[in-house]
Amino acid sequence: MTALLEARGLHLAFGGVRAADGIDLDVLRGEFLAIIGPNGAGKTTFINMTTGYLRPQAGSIAYEGEAITGLNPRAIVRRGIARSFQLPQLFTEHTVEQNVALALAARDGAWSPLAPLLRMRWRDEARATLDRFGLLDLAGARADALNEGARKLADIAMAVALKPRLLLMDEPTSGVAASEKMAIVETLLRVLRDADVTAVFVEHDMDVVERFADRVAVWSQGRIVALGPPAEVLADPAVQREVIGIERHA
Amino acid sequence: MRRGETLLGLLGAAALVAAALLAPWLKFILTVALAKGIAVIGILLLLRAGQVSFGHALYVAMGAYTVAFLAPAMPDAAVLLPAGAAIATLTGLLIGLFVSRYREIFFGMLNLALSMVVYSLLEKLYDLTKGTDGIRVELPRFFGMALDRPGFEWAMFATALVLALGAGAFARLYLDSPMGQALSAIKTRETRLEFMGISARRVLLAAYVISALLGGVAGAIIGMTTRHVTPLLAYWTASGELVFIAILGGAGSVLGPFLGAVTFELVRIYAGAAVADAWQMILGGVLLAVILFAPGGLWGMIAGLLRRRAGAAS
Ligand SMILES: Nc1ncnc2c1ncn2[C@@H]1O[C@H](COP(=O)(O)OP(=O)(O)O)[C@@H](O)[C@H]1O
Ligand SMILES: [Mg+2]
Repeated sequence: MTALLEARGLHLAFGGVRAADGIDLDVLRGEFLAIIGPNGAGKTTFINMTTGYLRPQAGSIAYEGEAITGLNPRAIVRRGIARSFQLPQLFTEHTVEQNVALALAARDGAWSPLAPLLRMRWRDEARATLDRFGLLDLAGARADALNEGARKLADIAMAVALKPRLLLMDEPTSGVAASEKMAIVETLLRVLRDADVTAVFVEHDMDVVERFADRVAVWSQGRIVALGPPAEVLADPAVQREVIGIERHA
Repeated sequence: MRRGETLLGLLGAAALVAAALLAPWLKFILTVALAKGIAVIGILLLLRAGQVSFGHALYVAMGAYTVAFLAPAMPDAAVLLPAGAAIATLTGLLIGLFVSRYREIFFGMLNLALSMVVYSLLEKLYDLTKGTDGIRVELPRFFGMALDRPGFEWAMFATALVLALGAGAFARLYLDSPMGQALSAIKTRETRLEFMGISARRVLLAAYVISALLGGVAGAIIGMTTRHVTPLLAYWTASGELVFIAILGGAGSVLGPFLGAVTFELVRIYAGAAVADAWQMILGGVLLAVILFAPGGLWGMIAGLLRRRAGAAS
């Protein structure tokens, strides 16, 4: 497998805090890569740098062999990289269906000022997307009326609607009820696998990582301290002590 | 509610025509009210994005002064109206490229500041604008027809009514379109738009340019109806009036601006006649009451009544 995304020597400090302190990482085409690590390790910062929200102070990021370092979020999403958020970023005064339809319209670049957003084509696709996330019943609800788990899923549905080649998900299962978690991740990853999407996801649940990730990268204080297949990495005593031990209490 | 809106809009238009026929002196007031309603549709678009402009009278003034400057050379409404709209639109594009970078208080104040610059230019460049005296506009022709005064006033009333219906219908479609939906997304989660590949700035700019165009149309109608154009058209109180009307009428429907504008003009005339200097106080009291007790404005009250009746019927 070849690398879809190549990060080299990423550095970013906020005052004295080194949120990225020499990140080197290849994301391989077609893989599901989990990122684990304690709070404040710099996981979200990595996603922010990759999607153009933050600019690294040093280092480079290449996607499909082309440098994307420092491009703005719009330019990056147009190249096929989408993301979801640790704290769901929904249009709270819109319905769930409108949220997803707006993402579809954005993807299609269709901006006719006189044809409705909820025209057949997007409405059907938005509903099909919501159905896959088990959100169809909530299609007509205002986004700010959803509970935390549903908001999280709607947020991911919007990112998926953009039809990315690479999807970065920041803690997709936090806030989702434990009883539903496995089923949802399973559906989500099947959708991504079918669409040939490469996925990076920050995850705190080691059962999810073990079961669904092809590889796992362990973050600590702005660095990657371990990288490999879950069975190997999660069995490493140092990783268990430093990361998973903390996770259990977090 | 959608179809109800269309029906109410047409009924409202019919009521205005009836009023103008029964009381011809109302025609002038209603024409000005319709023109202001058209300008307030532009304010409503910006409100959907969570932005309030305290300078949009600038575009009304642009439309009116275009009429005043061009009327001697091309005295026909068929030329003056599009010209006023075009100049205001161009100005809106230039200013919009700048102000669409800003939000909230900065957006509001920048618009205010720019409108006051234009106001003082209109006032100071006496040789060009005749300063505070303003410019008189001779009665123009209407699509080649030389009408007498009442005839021309009827023509302006009809024009204002047709354009008001057009502006309302357009705004309703626009707000339902991806562009309009992205506009209201600016209010709630602007950064997410960027992560979907949408430039929030361009979305706001488009709405801003449309609002300038509507302001220009309003100004051209007002210029040809009052036939006296003064710098006061651009003064900040005139901008405040547009925002006032938007809130009074309610931002929930494209009918709101027209409800607000007609009510505003009638209250102004009647209260002005009855209590002379106290009408601003009355308007202030009305605004206070609307904000405190009916945040949806007049439209919100009407929609509430209709919903209750529909609920009782079913
Ligand atoms: N925009 C920012 N400004 C200042 N500090 C930040 C910012 N973003 C992240 N940080 C800091 O960088 C560190 C890494 O944060 P983050 O990437 O959010 O960690 P994680 O997602 O692994 O919990 C934390 O100490 C955090 O406080
Ligand atoms: Mg984080």
